[in-house]
Amino acid sequence: MLLAGGQGSRLGVLTAKVAKPAVAFGGKYRIIDFPLSNCINSGIDTVGVLTQYQPLRLNTHIGIGMPWDLDRNNGGVTVLPPYEKSTNSEWYTGTANAIYQNLDYIETYNPDYVLILSGDHIYKMDYEVMLDYHKENNADVTIAAMPVPLEEASRFGIVITNDDGQITEFEEKPEHPRSNLASMGIYIFSWPILRNALIEMSDQQSCDFGKHIIPYCHENGNRLFAYEYNGYWKDVGTLGSYWEANMELIDIIPEFNLYEEFWKIYTKSDAVPPQYISSESKIERSIISGGSNIYGEVYNSVIGSGVTIGSGTVVRDSIIMKNTEIGNHCVINKAIVAEEVEISDGVVMGEGEDVPNKIQPKIYSFGLVTVGEDSYIPPNVRIGKNTAIAGNTTPEDYPNGALESGESLIKAGDRE
Amino acid sequence: MRAIGIILAGGSNHRMRELSQKRAVAAMPVAGSYRSIDFALSNMSNSHIQKVAVLTQYNARSLNEHLNSAKWWDFGRKQGGLYILTPTITADNSVWYRGTADSIYQNLDWLKQSHEPYVVLASGDGVYKMDYNKILEYHIEKKADITVVCKEMEAGTDVSRFGVVRLASDGRLEDFEEKPMATDKTTISCGIYVVRRRQLIELIEKCAQEERYDFVQDILIRYKNLKRIYGYMIKDYWSSIASVESYYQTNMDFLKREVRDYFTRQYPDIYSKVQDLPPAKYNLGANVKNSLVSSGCIINGTVENSVIFKKVFVGNNCVIKNSIIMNDVYLGDNTYIENCIVESRDTIRANSRYVGEDGIKIVLEKNERYVI
Repeated sequence: MLLAGGQGSRLGVLTAKVAKPAVAFGGKYRIIDFPLSNCINSGIDTVGVLTQYQPLRLNTHIGIGMPWDLDRNNGGVTVLPPYEKSTNSEWYTGTANAIYQNLDYIETYNPDYVLILSGDHIYKMDYEVMLDYHKENNADVTIAAMPVPLEEASRFGIVITNDDGQITEFEEKPEHPRSNLASMGIYIFSWPILRNALIEMSDQQSCDFGKHIIPYCHENGNRLFAYEYNGYWKDVGTLGSYWEANMELIDIIPEFNLYEEFWKIYTKSDAVPPQYISSESKIERSIISGGSNIYGEVYNSVIGSGVTIGSGTVVRDSIIMKNTEIGNHCVINKAIVAEEVEISDGVVMGEGEDVPNKIQPKIYSFGLVTVGEDSYIPPNVRIGKNTAIAGNTTPEDYPNGALESGESLIKAGDRE
Repeated sequence: MRAIGIILAGGSNHRMRELSQKRAVAAMPVAGSYRSIDFALSNMSNSHIQKVAVLTQYNARSLNEHLNSAKWWDFGRKQGGLYILTPTITADNSVWYRGTADSIYQNLDWLKQSHEPYVVLASGDGVYKMDYNKILEYHIEKKADITVVCKEMEAGTDVSRFGVVRLASDGRLEDFEEKPMATDKTTISCGIYVVRRRQLIELIEKCAQEERYDFVQDILIRYKNLKRIYGYMIKDYWSSIASVESYYQTNMDFLKREVRDYFTRQYPDIYSKVQDLPPAKYNLGANVKNSLVSSGCIINGTVENSVIFKKVFVGNNCVIKNSIIMNDVYLGDNTYIENCIVESRDTIRANSRYVGEDGIKIVLEKNERYVI
């Protein structure tokens, strides 16, 4: 059961129109491709995807699950949105509540075990090994956990285990952590245990796995185990970590390697044609997806499918998503530009001082320029750091032809 | 659409030199991401032809692998679909396809069991975009028995590997020479035909009775005064890749913006089998100019005026000029390649040098590759 209903509000304008799991990552992929590919690579061919926030992009991406080989006669992928029932009609109010509202779906398959995943992490993991561990320990619940630096441990849910890996205590964001094993939000439940817990806790408001179900199981004497994971795992919940994780793909031998034959990541491929690099281009330390046309210079960047970069333009340290068009003679520094954006000629991005964003300093930081999807940026404007732009902007929106560092320009409505 | 499709993809071709050792011409990789047959298949799909047969015989493994699912071209339908028709031994037949007409004759049941009134015949080695409905409309308007798609070649083009035609002012075929050694004509047949299904069955059956096996020689040329055969002239891009030189040139044509935009940015799309490869990666030292690069490539060296197919690894300090590097090639460090076509899955050892001195050199290396 893949939880993909969250907004991911810390990604700012990137998730204004799409759910976080549908945000592009690593050029041609979307974040949800990673857990979905892990599922099929682990031999799990029955997957329920729970959607709620802005599901259109997610639904069209998943379709019948063909790219992941999840178009099956039995099982396969099923998208599970909230629905009206005879007694009530509520939204999914929490992670566990979402699963509770879909008990019928799970019961049609009557599984022995249920794996709970979230749709917003970048990692490769063999869930079958985790399931073997679960069976070996005769566990009721197994929580995947990874060691984090002790100073950061207070940001996570921390599990405290005995020598056998059995969980003795569970602390949510403790001030003084007593262990550095952080829960990754990946759980395996023996189905009867999960079913019972969900039904018993069904009256709980905003019922959540970390806050309610796991403590409930713990209090009721269920056998909880921590499965230690030591591979690459990245939470891309903030613009900073999202940008960083993309940039890590560019390394000579990236820690998270997409080029391995083993454990492929699948996605709905948008573009068949190859990319074209013109005679004036210069490209170094970048990854570029199919169908793109590059007439300018690209350094340290991740470029999606069908992108056009005009001649004389220099793109550095940036993420440019699918079908975005960048005009000629632009300078793009440390920007995240979402899908279907049009940037006119002569635009300069990511210049000036590092002034914190005035409206949402916690979201738009790290010196990044963030441009939401379907935006239009008029010619020859200068855009500072820690800025956010969305919508069809006009030259009048840029006093003196500039958007100073720390400003936001978010317009409602679509581009014609 | 009121037609079924037949793609003739059976032939081998000595003009492809060493490149045909590995695969049928129709399975040749083209323009970085496609295979030759994708163009005919996508045109059929985009013309709403629902039922398509691919006739294969020569070295078909690679082609069969490419066609192992019909879904990429949208032929995975309940009605119609994609049929791969290879020669089989039956109660009354135990020979290979002896020619294009014979290959259709051996599958005449398939033709008889269809109910669409027309047939579009195309070859698997053409690189072009075409709405076959337009040709069918012309065919009906002219009350033709057979319509042949033709193209005017530039004066001076060597047409000796094509069928060469002369058309009357109303489009009626007056003369047809197959692969003439010398001719003053410049209009060629593209190997794309529209014909009424019952007419085709009748012609093919008669042909077989007379122990004749070739569609062009024994039907088009033999019947040209008896049947109403018309030519349909096209002006858009069309190229046959069935010789090393034209294969090379066709790939290089995709470096031109107008050709690339015509095939990849204008409606409708050309489809191909999707291979789940990551984006191409350019490391420090990469220097790519005027080239096509496909998914899954890792580039560490210099690439100029070249077409790099999928999953190619270019080592440090490599220089590649005016060349085609086919799928899954590994180029060791300091390799120099100019005017070459490097065959797929080759492993080129470090410090190698290959230059096509006069004309295109085909590089076939079967070195062992060490995979970590």
